Amino acid sequence: MSDLRELYQEVILDHHKRPRNFGSLPEANHHAEGYNPLCGDRLTVQVDVEDGLIKDVAFDGAGCAISRASASLMTDAVKGKPVEEAERMFEEFRQMVTSGVADAVEEGLGKLVVFCGVREFPSRVKCASLAWHTLHAALESKDEPVSTE
Amino acid sequence: MTRHAAAAERPELQQGFSPAHLPFDADRVRADFPILQQQVYGRPLVYLDNAATAQKPRAVIDAISNYYLSDNANVHRGVHLLSERATGAYEHARTVVQRFLNARESREVVFVRGTTEAINLVAQSYARPALKPGDEILVSILEHHSNFVPWKMACEATGARLRVVPMTDAGELRMDEYERLLGDRTRLVALGHVSNALGTINPAAEIVRIAHARGVPVLLDGAQAVPHMPVDVTALDCDFYAFSGHKLFGPTGIGVLYGKAELMNRMPPWQGGGDMISSVTLDEVRYKTLPAKFEAGTPDIAGAIGLAAAIDYVNGLDRAAAAAHESALTRYAEERLSDFDDVRLIGRAAAKAGIVSFVMASAHPHDIGTVLDREGVAIRTGHHCCQPLMHRLGVPATARASLAFYNTREDVDRFVDALARVREMFA
Repeated sequence: MSDLRELYQEVILDHHKRPRNFGSLPEANHHAEGYNPLCGDRLTVQVDVEDGLIKDVAFDGAGCAISRASASLMTDAVKGKPVEEAERMFEEFRQMVTSGVADAVEEGLGKLVVFCGVREFPSRVKCASLAWHTLHAALESKDEPVSTE
Repeated sequence: MTRHAAAAERPELQQGFSPAHLPFDADRVRADFPILQQQVYGRPLVYLDNAATAQKPRAVIDAISNYYLSDNANVHRGVHLLSERATGAYEHARTVVQRFLNARESREVVFVRGTTEAINLVAQSYARPALKPGDEILVSILEHHSNFVPWKMACEATGARLRVVPMTDAGELRMDEYERLLGDRTRLVALGHVSNALGTINPAAEIVRIAHARGVPVLLDGAQAVPHMPVDVTALDCDFYAFSGHKLFGPTGIGVLYGKAELMNRMPPWQGGGDMISSVTLDEVRYKTLPAKFEAGTPDIAGAIGLAAAIDYVNGLDRAAAAAHESALTRYAEERLSDFDDVRLIGRAAAKAGIVSFVMASAHPHDIGTVLDREGVAIRTGHHCCQPLMHRLGVPATARASLAFYNTREDVDRFVDALARVREMFA
Protein backbone atom coordinates (compact mmCIF):
# COMPACT_ATOMS: atom_id res chain seq x y z
CA MET A 1 0.00 0.00 0.00
CA SER A 2 2.96 2.34 0.52
CA ASP A 3 3.35 3.07 -3.23
CA LEU A 4 -0.35 3.79 -3.43
CA ARG A 5 -0.05 6.31 -0.63
CA GLU A 6 2.70 7.99 -2.66
CA LEU A 7 0.23 8.34 -5.52
CA TYR A 8 -2.91 9.06 -3.55
CA GLN A 9 -1.50 11.51 -1.04
CA GLU A 10 -3.89 13.10 1.45
CA VAL A 11 -3.82 16.42 -0.42
CA ILE A 12 -4.87 14.64 -3.62
CA LEU A 13 -7.70 12.76 -1.94
CA ASP A 14 -8.84 15.99 -0.30
CA HIS A 15 -8.94 17.89 -3.60
CA HIS A 16 -10.66 14.92 -5.24
CA LYS A 17 -13.43 14.91 -2.65
CA ARG A 18 -13.70 18.70 -2.36
CA PRO A 19 -12.46 20.19 -5.61
CA ARG A 20 -11.65 23.93 -5.53
CA ASN A 21 -12.74 26.31 -8.28
CA PHE A 22 -15.19 23.69 -9.54
CA GLY A 23 -18.07 24.82 -11.74
CA SER A 24 -18.52 27.46 -14.37
CA LEU A 25 -17.00 30.91 -14.65
CA PRO A 26 -19.44 33.24 -16.44
CA GLU A 27 -16.90 36.08 -16.84
CA ALA A 28 -14.32 33.78 -18.48
CA ASN A 29 -12.81 35.03 -21.75
CA HIS A 30 -10.80 31.88 -22.49
CA HIS A 31 -11.91 28.29 -22.35
CA ALA A 32 -11.00 24.86 -23.66
CA GLU A 33 -12.18 21.29 -23.39
CA GLY A 34 -9.84 18.45 -22.55
CA TYR A 35 -10.40 14.81 -23.32
CA ASN A 36 -8.57 11.66 -22.34
CA PRO A 37 -9.59 8.97 -24.84
CA LEU A 38 -8.02 6.28 -22.68
CA CYS A 39 -10.59 6.65 -19.91
CA GLY A 40 -13.27 8.81 -21.53
CA ASP A 41 -12.71 11.64 -19.06
CA ARG A 42 -13.69 15.12 -20.17
CA LEU A 43 -13.03 18.42 -18.48
CA THR A 44 -13.52 22.08 -19.25
CA VAL A 45 -11.20 24.85 -18.10
CA GLN A 46 -12.42 28.45 -18.10
CA VAL A 47 -10.08 31.37 -17.53
CA ASP A 48 -10.60 35.09 -17.04
CA VAL A 49 -7.44 36.77 -18.27
CA GLU A 50 -6.94 40.48 -17.74
CA ASP A 51 -3.75 42.40 -18.62
CA GLY A 52 -1.78 39.19 -18.90
CA LEU A 53 -2.90 37.99 -15.47
CA ILE A 54 -5.06 34.98 -14.69
CA LYS A 55 -7.67 36.84 -12.68
CA ASP A 56 -9.89 33.80 -12.16
CA VAL A 57 -10.02 30.20 -13.31
CA ALA A 58 -12.46 27.30 -12.92
CA PHE A 59 -12.87 23.74 -14.13
CA ASP A 60 -15.76 21.37 -14.65
CA GLY A 61 -16.24 17.78 -15.72
CA ALA A 62 -15.89 14.21 -14.53
CA GLY A 63 -12.72 12.26 -14.00
CA CYS A 64 -10.64 10.05 -11.78
CA ALA A 65 -9.16 11.20 -8.48
CA ILE A 66 -5.83 12.08 -10.11
CA SER A 67 -7.27 14.20 -12.92
CA ARG A 68 -9.78 15.93 -10.67
CA ALA A 69 -7.28 16.70 -7.93
CA SER A 70 -4.77 17.86 -10.53
CA ALA A 71 -7.32 20.26 -12.02
CA SER A 72 -8.30 21.53 -8.59
CA LEU A 73 -4.72 22.11 -7.42
CA MET A 74 -3.82 23.64 -10.77
CA THR A 75 -6.56 26.24 -10.55
CA ASP A 76 -5.41 27.18 -7.04
CA ALA A 77 -1.82 27.39 -8.21
CA VAL A 78 -2.29 29.60 -11.26
CA LYS A 79 -4.95 31.94 -9.96
CA GLY A 80 -3.52 35.47 -9.80
CA LYS A 81 -0.38 34.47 -11.72
CA PRO A 82 0.81 35.98 -15.02
CA VAL A 83 0.01 33.83 -18.05
CA GLU A 84 3.72 33.23 -18.77
CA GLU A 85 4.24 31.91 -15.27
CA ALA A 86 1.33 29.49 -15.66
CA GLU A 87 2.87 28.25 -18.90
CA ARG A 88 6.22 27.78 -17.17
CA MET A 89 4.53 25.82 -14.38
CA PHE A 90 2.84 23.63 -17.01
CA GLU A 91 6.22 22.79 -18.48
CA GLU A 92 7.73 22.04 -15.07
CA PHE A 93 4.72 20.02 -13.98
CA ARG A 94 4.86 17.96 -17.15
CA GLN A 95 8.54 17.25 -16.56
CA MET A 96 7.92 16.33 -12.94
CA VAL A 97 5.24 13.72 -13.73
CA THR A 98 7.19 12.17 -16.59
CA SER A 99 10.94 12.28 -16.02
CA GLY A 100 11.28 14.15 -12.74
CA VAL A 101 12.84 17.54 -12.03
CA ALA A 102 15.53 19.02 -9.79
CA ASP A 103 14.65 19.66 -6.14
CA ALA A 104 14.76 23.44 -6.68
CA VAL A 105 12.17 23.20 -9.46
CA GLU A 106 10.04 20.92 -7.31
CA GLU A 107 10.14 23.49 -4.54
CA GLY A 108 8.96 26.13 -6.98
CA LEU A 109 5.92 24.02 -7.80
CA GLY A 110 4.69 24.30 -4.22
CA LYS A 111 1.73 22.08 -3.41
CA LEU A 112 1.81 20.59 -6.91
CA VAL A 113 4.74 18.50 -5.76
CA VAL A 114 2.21 15.98 -4.39
CA PHE A 115 1.97 14.69 -7.97
CA CYS A 116 5.61 13.61 -8.11
CA GLY A 117 4.48 10.04 -7.27
CA VAL A 118 2.61 9.85 -10.56
CA ARG A 119 5.77 9.08 -12.51
CA GLU A 120 5.88 5.65 -10.86
CA PHE A 121 2.49 4.97 -12.50
CA PRO A 122 3.03 5.52 -16.24
CA SER A 123 -0.60 4.72 -17.10
CA ARG A 124 -1.73 7.63 -14.91
CA VAL A 125 0.54 10.41 -16.24
CA LYS A 126 -2.13 11.49 -18.71
CA CYS A 127 -4.68 11.78 -15.90
CA ALA A 128 -2.41 14.20 -14.04
CA SER A 129 -1.56 16.31 -17.06
CA LEU A 130 -5.00 16.57 -18.71
CA ALA A 131 -5.98 19.73 -16.80
CA TRP A 132 -2.70 21.43 -17.67
CA HIS A 133 -2.98 20.61 -21.36
CA THR A 134 -6.48 22.02 -21.27
CA LEU A 135 -5.39 25.18 -19.46
CA HIS A 136 -2.62 25.63 -22.04
CA ALA A 137 -5.16 25.28 -24.85
CA ALA A 138 -7.53 27.73 -23.14
CA LEU A 139 -4.77 30.32 -22.77
CA GLU A 140 -3.94 29.90 -26.44
CA SER A 141 -7.69 29.90 -27.06
CA LYS A 142 -7.60 27.00 -29.43
CA ASP A 143 -11.16 26.25 -30.36
CA GLU A 144 -10.81 22.53 -30.88
CA PRO A 145 -10.87 20.17 -27.89
CA VAL A 146 -7.43 19.02 -26.78
CA SER A 147 -6.69 15.37 -26.33
CA THR A 148 -4.04 13.62 -24.31
CA GLU A 149 -3.25 11.44 -27.32
CA MET B 1 -34.70 -22.89 -31.95
CA THR B 2 -33.10 -26.32 -32.03
CA ARG B 3 -31.70 -27.73 -28.84
CA HIS B 4 -28.27 -27.60 -30.38
CA ALA B 5 -28.54 -23.95 -31.35
CA ALA B 6 -29.95 -23.06 -27.95
CA ALA B 7 -26.97 -24.72 -26.35
CA ALA B 8 -24.58 -22.72 -28.51
CA GLU B 9 -26.01 -19.58 -26.95
CA ARG B 10 -26.50 -20.70 -23.41
CA PRO B 11 -23.46 -22.56 -22.14
CA GLU B 12 -25.31 -23.51 -18.98
CA LEU B 13 -27.74 -25.52 -21.10
CA GLN B 14 -24.87 -27.70 -22.17
CA GLN B 15 -24.34 -29.21 -18.78
CA GLY B 16 -26.91 -31.81 -19.67
CA PHE B 17 -24.82 -32.99 -22.61
CA SER B 18 -21.79 -33.92 -20.59
CA PRO B 19 -21.88 -37.67 -20.04
CA ALA B 20 -19.93 -37.71 -16.81
CA HIS B 21 -20.29 -34.23 -15.48
CA LEU B 22 -17.46 -33.76 -13.03
CA PRO B 23 -16.69 -30.48 -11.29
CA PHE B 24 -14.13 -28.46 -13.24
CA ASP B 25 -10.66 -28.59 -11.71
CA ALA B 26 -9.43 -25.02 -12.22
CA ASP B 27 -6.32 -25.59 -10.09
CA ARG B 28 -5.23 -28.37 -12.41
CA VAL B 29 -5.65 -26.34 -15.62
CA ARG B 30 -3.91 -23.34 -14.03
CA ALA B 31 -0.75 -25.42 -13.96
CA ASP B 32 -0.84 -25.41 -17.78
CA PHE B 33 -0.42 -21.61 -17.85
CA PRO B 34 3.15 -20.61 -16.91
CA ILE B 35 2.36 -16.88 -16.70
CA LEU B 36 -0.18 -17.46 -13.92
CA GLN B 37 2.51 -18.89 -11.64
CA GLN B 38 4.16 -15.51 -11.06
CA GLN B 39 3.96 -12.95 -8.29
CA VAL B 40 3.32 -9.26 -8.92
CA TYR B 41 4.09 -6.66 -6.25
CA GLY B 42 4.97 -9.58 -3.98
CA ARG B 43 1.61 -11.35 -4.32
CA PRO B 44 0.36 -14.14 -6.59
CA LEU B 45 -1.04 -12.67 -9.80
CA VAL B 46 -4.83 -12.60 -10.09
CA TYR B 47 -5.56 -12.20 -13.79
CA LEU B 48 -9.11 -10.98 -14.43
CA ASP B 49 -8.60 -9.24 -17.77
CA ASN B 50 -9.34 -12.23 -19.97
CA ALA B 51 -11.78 -10.39 -22.21
CA ALA B 52 -8.91 -8.10 -23.25
CA THR B 53 -6.60 -11.02 -23.91
CA ALA B 54 -6.39 -14.49 -22.43
CA GLN B 55 -3.22 -16.20 -21.20
CA LYS B 56 -1.55 -18.97 -23.18
CA PRO B 57 -1.09 -22.57 -22.12
CA ARG B 58 2.37 -24.10 -22.47
CA ALA B 59 1.06 -26.19 -25.38
CA VAL B 60 0.57 -23.02 -27.43
CA ILE B 61 3.92 -21.53 -26.49
CA ASP B 62 5.64 -24.83 -27.34
CA ALA B 63 3.85 -25.16 -30.68
CA ILE B 64 5.06 -21.71 -31.75
CA SER B 65 8.53 -22.33 -30.40
CA ASN B 66 8.80 -25.75 -32.07
CA TYR B 67 7.68 -24.32 -35.37
CA TYR B 68 10.49 -21.75 -35.29
CA LEU B 69 12.99 -24.27 -33.92
CA SER B 70 12.42 -26.92 -36.57
CA ASP B 71 9.90 -26.14 -39.33
CA ASN B 72 10.13 -22.46 -40.22
CA ALA B 73 9.82 -21.75 -43.96
CA ASN B 74 7.47 -19.83 -46.19
CA VAL B 75 4.23 -21.54 -47.15
CA HIS B 76 2.79 -22.48 -50.55
CA ARG B 77 6.07 -21.69 -52.30
CA GLY B 78 9.12 -23.84 -51.74
CA VAL B 79 9.66 -27.39 -52.96
CA HIS B 80 11.96 -28.12 -50.02
CA LEU B 81 11.12 -30.13 -46.96
CA LEU B 82 10.74 -27.27 -44.49
CA SER B 83 8.35 -25.42 -46.78
CA GLU B 84 6.29 -28.56 -47.12
CA ARG B 85 6.20 -28.98 -43.35
CA ALA B 86 5.26 -25.33 -42.80
CA THR B 87 2.58 -25.48 -45.49
CA GLY B 88 1.22 -28.71 -44.04
CA ALA B 89 1.07 -27.27 -40.52
CA TYR B 90 -0.53 -24.03 -41.73
CA GLU B 91 -3.21 -25.81 -43.75
CA HIS B 92 -3.76 -28.28 -40.92
CA ALA B 93 -4.46 -25.29 -38.68
CA ARG B 94 -7.18 -24.24 -41.13
CA THR B 95 -8.78 -27.67 -40.83
CA VAL B 96 -8.60 -27.47 -37.03
CA VAL B 97 -10.48 -24.15 -37.18
CA GLN B 98 -12.99 -25.58 -39.65
CA ARG B 99 -13.83 -28.44 -37.26
CA PHE B 100 -13.84 -26.09 -34.27
CA LEU B 101 -16.52 -23.95 -35.91
CA ASN B 102 -18.17 -26.90 -37.67
CA ALA B 103 -17.80 -25.11 -41.02
CA ARG B 104 -18.65 -27.18 -44.09
CA GLU B 105 -15.35 -26.63 -45.88
CA SER B 106 -11.88 -25.53 -44.85
CA ARG B 107 -11.78 -22.94 -47.68
CA GLU B 108 -14.48 -21.07 -45.77
CA VAL B 109 -11.84 -20.29 -43.12
CA VAL B 110 -9.70 -17.23 -43.91
CA PHE B 111 -6.79 -16.38 -41.62
CA VAL B 112 -6.59 -12.69 -40.73
CA ARG B 113 -4.90 -10.63 -38.02
CA GLY B 114 -7.87 -10.71 -35.69
CA THR B 115 -11.56 -9.95 -35.35
CA THR B 116 -11.01 -6.33 -36.36
CA GLU B 117 -9.38 -7.31 -39.65
CA ALA B 118 -12.05 -9.95 -40.30
CA ILE B 119 -14.81 -7.37 -39.96
CA ASN B 120 -12.90 -4.83 -42.05
CA LEU B 121 -12.50 -7.46 -44.77
CA VAL B 122 -16.27 -7.96 -44.95
CA ALA B 123 -16.91 -4.21 -44.76
CA GLN B 124 -14.45 -3.55 -47.61
CA SER B 125 -15.09 -6.50 -49.83
CA TYR B 126 -18.70 -7.41 -49.22
CA ALA B 127 -20.44 -4.25 -48.02
CA ARG B 128 -18.79 -1.42 -49.94
CA PRO B 129 -19.34 -2.78 -53.44
CA ALA B 130 -22.96 -3.61 -52.61
CA LEU B 131 -24.08 -0.51 -50.71
CA LYS B 132 -26.07 2.23 -52.41
CA PRO B 133 -27.20 5.53 -50.95
CA GLY B 134 -30.12 4.87 -48.59
CA ASP B 135 -29.16 1.25 -47.93
CA GLU B 136 -28.78 0.25 -44.30
CA ILE B 137 -26.46 -1.77 -42.12
CA LEU B 138 -27.81 -2.91 -38.78
CA VAL B 139 -25.60 -3.05 -35.68
CA SER B 140 -26.44 -2.72 -31.98
CA ILE B 141 -25.60 -0.32 -29.19
CA LEU B 142 -23.59 -3.14 -27.55
CA GLU B 143 -20.97 -3.31 -30.29
CA HIS B 144 -17.24 -3.04 -29.78
CA HIS B 145 -15.76 -0.23 -31.92
CA SER B 146 -14.40 -2.93 -34.23
CA ASN B 147 -17.95 -3.88 -35.17
CA PHE B 148 -19.06 -0.27 -35.43
CA VAL B 149 -16.36 1.85 -37.03
CA PRO B 150 -15.79 -0.32 -40.17
CA TRP B 151 -19.53 -0.10 -40.94
CA LYS B 152 -19.59 3.62 -40.22
CA MET B 153 -16.72 4.01 -42.69
CA ALA B 154 -18.49 1.88 -45.31
CA CYS B 155 -21.63 3.97 -44.84
CA GLU B 156 -19.74 7.23 -45.15
CA ALA B 157 -18.11 6.04 -48.37
CA THR B 158 -21.37 4.91 -49.98
CA GLY B 159 -24.15 7.09 -48.58
CA ALA B 160 -25.63 4.13 -46.72
CA ARG B 161 -27.01 4.48 -43.22
CA LEU B 162 -25.98 2.75 -40.00
CA ARG B 163 -28.97 1.73 -37.88
CA VAL B 164 -28.47 0.80 -34.24
CA VAL B 165 -30.56 -1.72 -32.30
CA PRO B 166 -31.07 -0.47 -28.73
CA MET B 167 -30.85 -2.54 -25.55
CA THR B 168 -32.79 -2.86 -22.32
CA ASP B 169 -31.44 -1.33 -19.11
CA ALA B 170 -30.25 -4.82 -18.16
CA GLY B 171 -28.06 -4.85 -21.29
CA GLU B 172 -30.11 -7.23 -23.42
CA LEU B 173 -30.70 -6.66 -27.10
CA ARG B 174 -34.19 -5.30 -27.80
CA MET B 175 -35.38 -8.07 -30.12
CA ASP B 176 -38.63 -6.21 -30.85
CA GLU B 177 -36.59 -3.23 -32.07
CA TYR B 178 -34.29 -5.55 -34.00
CA GLU B 179 -37.25 -6.90 -35.95
CA ARG B 180 -38.62 -3.41 -36.46
CA LEU B 181 -35.31 -2.01 -37.73
CA LEU B 182 -34.75 -4.88 -40.17
CA GLY B 183 -36.21 -3.26 -43.23
CA ASP B 184 -36.32 -3.37 -47.00
CA ARG B 185 -33.08 -1.40 -47.16
CA THR B 186 -31.12 -3.55 -44.69
CA ARG B 187 -28.20 -5.10 -46.58
CA LEU B 188 -26.36 -6.68 -43.64
CA VAL B 189 -26.79 -7.36 -39.93
CA ALA B 190 -23.53 -7.16 -37.94
CA LEU B 191 -23.92 -8.09 -34.29
CA GLY B 192 -21.72 -9.25 -31.45
CA HIS B 193 -22.37 -12.80 -30.28
CA VAL B 194 -21.28 -11.89 -26.74
CA SER B 195 -20.80 -8.31 -25.49
CA ASN B 196 -17.24 -7.56 -24.39
CA ALA B 197 -18.32 -4.80 -22.02
CA LEU B 198 -21.34 -6.42 -20.36
CA GLY B 199 -21.04 -10.12 -21.11
CA THR B 200 -24.54 -10.32 -22.61
CA ILE B 201 -25.00 -13.45 -24.74
CA ASN B 202 -27.13 -12.49 -27.70
CA PRO B 203 -29.62 -15.02 -29.12
CA ALA B 204 -27.49 -15.58 -32.21
CA ALA B 205 -29.54 -18.33 -33.86
CA GLU B 206 -32.72 -16.31 -33.51
CA ILE B 207 -30.99 -13.19 -34.84
CA VAL B 208 -29.88 -15.13 -37.94
CA ARG B 209 -33.28 -16.80 -38.43
CA ILE B 210 -35.13 -13.47 -38.34
CA ALA B 211 -32.67 -11.78 -40.72
CA HIS B 212 -32.69 -14.69 -43.17
CA ALA B 213 -36.49 -14.67 -43.22
CA ARG B 214 -36.06 -11.22 -44.82
CA GLY B 215 -33.16 -12.26 -47.02
CA VAL B 216 -30.55 -10.33 -45.05
CA PRO B 217 -27.11 -11.89 -44.38
CA VAL B 218 -25.62 -11.81 -40.87
CA LEU B 219 -22.09 -11.30 -39.58
CA LEU B 220 -21.46 -12.36 -35.99
CA ASP B 221 -18.55 -10.91 -34.03
CA GLY B 222 -17.58 -13.93 -31.97
CA ALA B 223 -14.45 -12.53 -30.28
CA GLN B 224 -15.98 -12.91 -26.81
CA ALA B 225 -18.03 -16.00 -27.55
CA VAL B 226 -15.50 -18.64 -28.64
CA PRO B 227 -13.54 -18.55 -25.35
CA HIS B 228 -16.69 -19.42 -23.41
CA MET B 229 -18.89 -21.69 -25.50
CA PRO B 230 -18.85 -24.07 -28.45
CA VAL B 231 -19.85 -22.30 -31.67
CA ASP B 232 -21.37 -24.15 -34.60
CA VAL B 233 -21.61 -21.90 -37.65
CA THR B 234 -23.59 -24.50 -39.59
CA ALA B 235 -26.23 -24.75 -36.85
CA LEU B 236 -26.26 -20.95 -36.41
CA ASP B 237 -26.43 -20.58 -40.21
CA CYS B 238 -24.65 -17.21 -39.95
CA ASP B 239 -23.05 -15.90 -43.14
CA PHE B 240 -19.86 -14.57 -41.54
CA TYR B 241 -18.28 -15.30 -38.17
CA ALA B 242 -15.19 -13.49 -36.86
CA PHE B 243 -12.94 -14.22 -33.90
CA SER B 244 -9.41 -13.57 -32.58
CA GLY B 245 -6.84 -16.15 -31.57
CA HIS B 246 -5.50 -14.26 -28.57
CA LYS B 247 -8.79 -14.21 -26.68
CA LEU B 248 -9.02 -17.97 -27.23
CA PHE B 249 -5.74 -18.69 -25.38
CA GLY B 250 -3.80 -18.49 -28.66
CA PRO B 251 -1.27 -15.91 -29.89
CA THR B 252 -1.92 -12.31 -30.90
CA GLY B 253 -1.76 -11.41 -34.58
CA ILE B 254 -3.94 -14.25 -35.81
CA GLY B 255 -7.70 -14.41 -36.21
CA VAL B 256 -10.34 -16.00 -38.35
CA LEU B 257 -13.00 -14.93 -40.75
CA TYR B 258 -15.46 -17.68 -41.52
CA GLY B 259 -17.69 -16.94 -44.48
CA LYS B 260 -20.06 -19.02 -46.53
CA ALA B 261 -18.29 -20.04 -49.73
CA GLU B 262 -21.15 -18.89 -51.97
CA LEU B 263 -20.83 -15.35 -50.55
CA MET B 264 -17.04 -15.18 -50.37
CA ASN B 265 -16.66 -16.55 -53.90
CA ARG B 266 -18.49 -13.49 -55.18
CA MET B 267 -16.46 -11.03 -53.10
CA PRO B 268 -13.46 -9.29 -54.71
CA PRO B 269 -10.03 -9.56 -53.05
CA TRP B 270 -9.38 -6.69 -50.66
CA GLN B 271 -5.58 -6.75 -50.48
CA GLY B 272 -3.32 -7.53 -53.40
CA GLY B 273 0.05 -9.22 -53.28
CA GLY B 274 1.81 -12.52 -53.32
CA ASP B 275 0.07 -15.81 -52.66
CA MET B 276 -3.37 -14.54 -53.70
CA ILE B 277 -2.83 -14.59 -57.48
CA SER B 278 -2.89 -17.41 -59.97
CA SER B 279 -1.18 -15.40 -62.72
CA VAL B 280 0.09 -11.88 -63.25
CA THR B 281 0.95 -10.27 -66.58
CA LEU B 282 1.38 -6.61 -67.36
CA ASP B 283 -2.14 -6.59 -68.71
CA GLU B 284 -4.05 -8.91 -66.42
CA VAL B 285 -4.10 -10.32 -62.92
CA ARG B 286 -5.97 -13.53 -62.17
CA TYR B 287 -6.80 -14.25 -58.58
CA LYS B 288 -6.73 -17.50 -56.73
CA THR B 289 -9.90 -18.98 -55.33
CA LEU B 290 -10.85 -19.25 -51.65
CA PRO B 291 -9.28 -18.93 -49.19
CA ALA B 292 -6.01 -17.77 -50.84
CA LYS B 293 -7.61 -14.80 -52.58
CA PHE B 294 -8.11 -13.17 -49.15
CA GLU B 295 -4.64 -14.02 -47.82
CA ALA B 296 -2.23 -11.73 -49.66
CA GLY B 297 1.38 -11.88 -48.56
CA THR B 298 3.14 -14.23 -46.18
CA PRO B 299 0.60 -15.07 -43.50
CA ASP B 300 1.18 -15.38 -39.75
CA ILE B 301 2.19 -19.03 -40.07
CA ALA B 302 3.36 -19.40 -36.49
CA GLY B 303 0.20 -17.64 -35.34
CA ALA B 304 -2.05 -20.08 -37.19
CA ILE B 305 -0.10 -23.02 -35.74
CA GLY B 306 -0.37 -21.49 -32.27
CA LEU B 307 -4.10 -20.96 -32.74
CA ALA B 308 -4.55 -24.59 -33.74
CA ALA B 309 -2.67 -25.61 -30.59
CA ALA B 310 -4.98 -23.38 -28.53
CA ILE B 311 -8.05 -24.98 -30.11
CA ASP B 312 -6.63 -28.45 -29.46
CA TYR B 313 -6.06 -27.41 -25.85
CA VAL B 314 -9.59 -26.05 -25.42
CA ASN B 315 -11.06 -29.13 -27.10
CA GLY B 316 -9.22 -31.24 -24.53
CA LEU B 317 -11.16 -29.61 -21.70
CA ASP B 318 -14.65 -30.57 -20.62
CA ARG B 319 -16.13 -27.41 -22.12
CA ALA B 320 -19.51 -27.82 -20.47
CA ALA B 321 -17.86 -28.14 -17.08
CA ALA B 322 -15.60 -25.15 -17.84
CA ALA B 323 -18.62 -23.03 -18.77
CA ALA B 324 -20.46 -24.12 -15.63
CA HIS B 325 -17.38 -23.22 -13.57
CA GLU B 326 -17.21 -19.75 -15.19
CA SER B 327 -20.94 -19.16 -14.62
CA ALA B 328 -20.63 -20.15 -10.98
CA LEU B 329 -17.65 -17.82 -10.52
CA THR B 330 -19.49 -14.94 -12.22
CA ARG B 331 -22.48 -15.43 -9.94
CA TYR B 332 -20.19 -15.67 -6.92
CA ALA B 333 -18.44 -12.40 -7.86
CA GLU B 334 -21.78 -10.67 -8.40
CA GLU B 335 -23.07 -11.94 -5.06
CA ARG B 336 -20.01 -10.71 -3.21
CA LEU B 337 -20.21 -7.32 -4.95
CA SER B 338 -23.82 -6.97 -3.86
CA ASP B 339 -22.47 -6.56 -0.29
CA PHE B 340 -20.97 -3.24 -1.38
CA ASP B 341 -23.65 -0.58 -1.14
CA ASP B 342 -21.64 1.80 -3.34
CA VAL B 343 -21.04 -0.68 -6.16
CA ARG B 344 -23.44 -0.82 -9.09
CA LEU B 345 -23.27 -3.76 -11.46
CA ILE B 346 -23.57 -2.79 -15.12
CA GLY B 347 -25.14 -5.42 -17.35
CA ARG B 348 -27.61 -7.79 -15.72
CA ALA B 349 -28.60 -9.87 -18.72
CA ALA B 350 -30.13 -13.27 -17.95
CA ALA B 351 -27.59 -14.95 -20.24
CA LYS B 352 -24.05 -13.72 -19.52
CA ALA B 353 -20.54 -14.98 -20.19
CA GLY B 354 -17.80 -14.33 -17.68
CA ILE B 355 -18.02 -10.54 -17.36
CA VAL B 356 -18.52 -8.51 -14.18
CA SER B 357 -18.72 -4.85 -15.14
CA PHE B 358 -19.36 -2.25 -12.45
CA VAL B 359 -19.02 1.30 -11.23
CA MET B 360 -18.34 2.47 -7.70
CA ALA B 361 -19.85 5.66 -6.31
CA SER B 362 -16.76 6.62 -4.32
CA ALA B 363 -14.08 5.82 -6.90
CA HIS B 364 -13.54 6.32 -10.62
CA PRO B 365 -12.77 3.11 -12.58
CA HIS B 366 -9.20 4.29 -13.23
CA ASP B 367 -8.52 4.65 -9.52
CA ILE B 368 -10.09 1.25 -8.88
CA GLY B 369 -7.81 -0.25 -11.54
CA THR B 370 -4.66 1.31 -10.06
CA VAL B 371 -5.43 0.20 -6.50
CA LEU B 372 -6.34 -3.32 -7.62
CA ASP B 373 -3.17 -3.54 -9.68
CA ARG B 374 -1.02 -2.85 -6.63
CA GLU B 375 -2.94 -5.59 -4.82
CA GLY B 376 -1.88 -7.96 -7.62
CA VAL B 377 -5.29 -8.00 -9.30
CA ALA B 378 -5.41 -7.18 -13.04
CA ILE B 379 -8.73 -5.85 -14.34
CA ARG B 380 -9.67 -3.55 -17.22
CA THR B 381 -10.99 -0.06 -16.68
CA GLY B 382 -12.22 2.42 -19.24
CA HIS B 383 -14.73 2.48 -22.05
CA HIS B 384 -13.82 -1.01 -23.35
CA CYS B 385 -13.83 0.31 -26.93
CA CYS B 386 -17.60 0.79 -26.55
CA GLN B 387 -18.10 4.54 -26.38
CA PRO B 388 -21.65 4.50 -27.78
CA LEU B 389 -22.55 1.92 -25.12
CA MET B 390 -20.96 3.97 -22.32
CA HIS B 391 -22.94 6.97 -23.53
CA ARG B 392 -26.14 4.89 -23.43
CA LEU B 393 -25.29 3.77 -19.89
CA GLY B 394 -24.54 7.34 -18.84
CA VAL B 395 -21.07 6.51 -17.50
CA PRO B 396 -17.68 7.58 -18.89
CA ALA B 397 -16.17 4.22 -18.03
CA THR B 398 -16.61 1.04 -16.03
CA ALA B 399 -14.36 -1.35 -14.18
CA ARG B 400 -14.50 -4.85 -15.63
CA ALA B 401 -13.38 -8.17 -14.23
CA SER B 402 -13.49 -10.84 -16.94
CA LEU B 403 -13.12 -14.51 -16.15
CA ALA B 404 -11.62 -17.55 -17.80
CA PHE B 405 -11.85 -21.21 -16.84
CA TYR B 406 -8.51 -20.98 -15.00
CA ASN B 407 -9.84 -18.45 -12.51
CA THR B 408 -10.78 -19.64 -9.04
CA ARG B 409 -12.91 -18.60 -6.09
CA GLU B 410 -9.68 -17.41 -4.44
CA ASP B 411 -9.16 -15.05 -7.41
CA VAL B 412 -12.63 -13.62 -6.86
CA ASP B 413 -11.99 -13.29 -3.11
CA ARG B 414 -8.72 -11.43 -3.74
CA PHE B 415 -10.56 -9.14 -6.19
CA VAL B 416 -13.30 -8.38 -3.67
CA ASP B 417 -10.82 -7.84 -0.83
CA ALA B 418 -8.93 -5.37 -3.04
CA LEU B 419 -12.18 -3.52 -3.72
CA ALA B 420 -12.62 -3.16 0.02
CA ARG B 421 -9.23 -1.39 0.01
CA VAL B 422 -10.49 0.94 -2.69
CA ARG B 423 -13.46 1.83 -0.54
CA GLU B 424 -11.20 2.45 2.46
CA MET B 425 -9.12 4.89 0.44
CA PHE B 426 -11.80 6.83 -1.36
CA ALA B 427 -15.00 6.68 0.69
